[in-house]
Amino acid sequence: MSVQTIETTYREAVREAIRDALKRDSRVFLMGEDVGRYGGCYAVSKGLIDEFGPERIRDTPLSECGFTGAGIGAALGGMRPIVEIMTVNFSLLALDQIVNNAATLLHMSGGQCSVPLVIRMASGAGKQLAAQHSHSLEGWYAHVPGLKVVAPATLEDARGMLWTALEDPDPVVIFEHVMLYNRGGTLAVDAGPVPIEGAAVLRAGTDLSLITYGGSVFKTLEAAEALAGQGIDAEVLDLRSLRPLDDHTLMTSVTKTHRAVIVDEGWRTGSLAAEISARIMEQAFWTLDAPVVRVCSAEVPIPYPKHLEDAAVPQVSGIVAAARRALGR
Amino acid sequence: MSDKTTSVGSKLHVDREHAMHLLTEMLRIRRFEERCAELYTEEKIRGFLHLYIGEEAVAVGVMQALTGDDTVLATYREHGHALARGLPMRALMAEMYGKQAGVSGGRGGSMHLFDMKRRFYGGSAIVGGGIPLAVGLALADKMQQRDRITVCFFGEGAAAEGAFHESLNLAALWHLPVLFVCENNLYAMGTALERSESETDIARKAASYRIASAAVDGMDVIAVEVAARQALSAVRAGQGPRFLECRTYRFRAHSMFDAQLYRDKGEVEAWKQKGPVLRFAHWLTETGLLDDAGQERIEAGIAAELQDAVAFAEGAAWEPVEELTRHVCTERPA
Repeated sequence: MSVQTIETTYREAVREAIRDALKRDSRVFLMGEDVGRYGGCYAVSKGLIDEFGPERIRDTPLSECGFTGAGIGAALGGMRPIVEIMTVNFSLLALDQIVNNAATLLHMSGGQCSVPLVIRMASGAGKQLAAQHSHSLEGWYAHVPGLKVVAPATLEDARGMLWTALEDPDPVVIFEHVMLYNRGGTLAVDAGPVPIEGAAVLRAGTDLSLITYGGSVFKTLEAAEALAGQGIDAEVLDLRSLRPLDDHTLMTSVTKTHRAVIVDEGWRTGSLAAEISARIMEQAFWTLDAPVVRVCSAEVPIPYPKHLEDAAVPQVSGIVAAARRALGR
Repeated sequence: MSDKTTSVGSKLHVDREHAMHLLTEMLRIRRFEERCAELYTEEKIRGFLHLYIGEEAVAVGVMQALTGDDTVLATYREHGHALARGLPMRALMAEMYGKQAGVSGGRGGSMHLFDMKRRFYGGSAIVGGGIPLAVGLALADKMQQRDRITVCFFGEGAAAEGAFHESLNLAALWHLPVLFVCENNLYAMGTALERSESETDIARKAASYRIASAAVDGMDVIAVEVAARQALSAVRAGQGPRFLECRTYRFRAHSMFDAQLYRDKGEVEAWKQKGPVLRFAHWLTETGLLDDAGQERIEAGIAAELQDAVAFAEGAAWEPVEELTRHVCTERPA
């Protein structure tokens, strides 16, 4: 059976997801810096203000704490806000609201105050935006009970995770890696909501498990292709959800391949990769044939020059080398 | 500080029933707080405990102007607001104990009182942290065309936080139905206003965001009620947010760990002489609305309510530890 598809990009898939949500539910609105007239810092919301008006495509002042908190309040008040924060670095100005309010209100109120809020933000390096626009702090957010954290990498997830996140009664943080926005591909015409929990096996393999998420997914798939050319059959897992983590899918893969390499654009120290490695130790240690290997960002703020930026974050060659190390080759 | 005082009894027709209600509500808070202090020394209540003694006229005065459909947000010094909003004293005391029968299931404690049925949204212990939420709740009402007002209480210390300024700007910019109530008790914990702010006139700060603002004697429950009614009628008429600064004073320590090295006893005593309960009771006596027997009846009623609340909290069950990780994600019916 053939499925009708369209050529699209990650950016357009996210925009279509927002448009779809705005059409489905009158409680949904988008709020953030330059989301309206400007069309979004990364042009994700371009044109939406003409279609839905300035009430629902709501430009805000440069007040990350204020408008993120307002998003939490609006969610408490029965709306389904999508708060866009330009980059993860700017989200630190809203961290108080996200961690001290969004993540805690349900608990502090003894289960009374659900916060059905979605926060989208861009993250990651690759555009030479230097040390205040390029970081990967997904792991920080994934540390916090009360939040759900997702990193759509594929077009299907870019298109499908938003609606499911909006239907969730609790706050969901969506990370969109900046290097994915221009990425093109085909998407089913009738692509729609997808689950926001659960990892996906993007490439089946038997020799080792390459575990990654977000902006590193396609680098890792490319590395797996290179490894195939060297006679190494790698399985590639896309975490998709960073909190909660899908232990079952991870351990099923590692138990099968007996080797794991984790690719994470966050800094190595205290990273998501560290968390996953610890879980493998706790749950699948006796099935391993080799130590877990991590490919993470160098312990440096992301530098501006291209050659240094490239060297700071995981690349295909580094993933291939790490995989070979895990196999003792 | 009370140069702009609206004198007791002016501009509002206060009948005997309403006057007794105001006095009773302030006394309920006063006696509840005194009992909490005792229970703290008995180690029944733990953690931080911030008493509202001295500031009762603010919460009681403002609450008179609200309907049950309006929304209230307060700070970590919010026992008084919760009582004045009508949260049951039994469940409030159980929350102080950390019992499951508490208003927040015991999970919040003194600083995090919540009650969705009464639209009481906490109970925030991050100074200024509740103000953006108030803006959002009001935005939701406006977008859904609901005729409801959000009232947000905070202290003058919050005026130093970015959240205060960002929120006032948003509320004014979006013309939202919010009443901001600043409880200016002159000290942010131990730091006096003039030691922390270049502009000590808080109402002027609000005015700079083009929010109509007023300052009122926060020790005068009638003056507060009058000012709140005026501000709220403007908000209800769709005139955008309003700001009310209530000039008040905290008689007790900031929390139970405060030795009060930053202010002298004479200052505290001077403020106590114009205390909201003392002053209002005196006025009621002068005008013949209250006599000793009447006051005793009120006190006896409160004592009985309080005794019942403490007995309820004492007898209430602890949440089973097996439930530790509940209320992290919303529990959905299977």
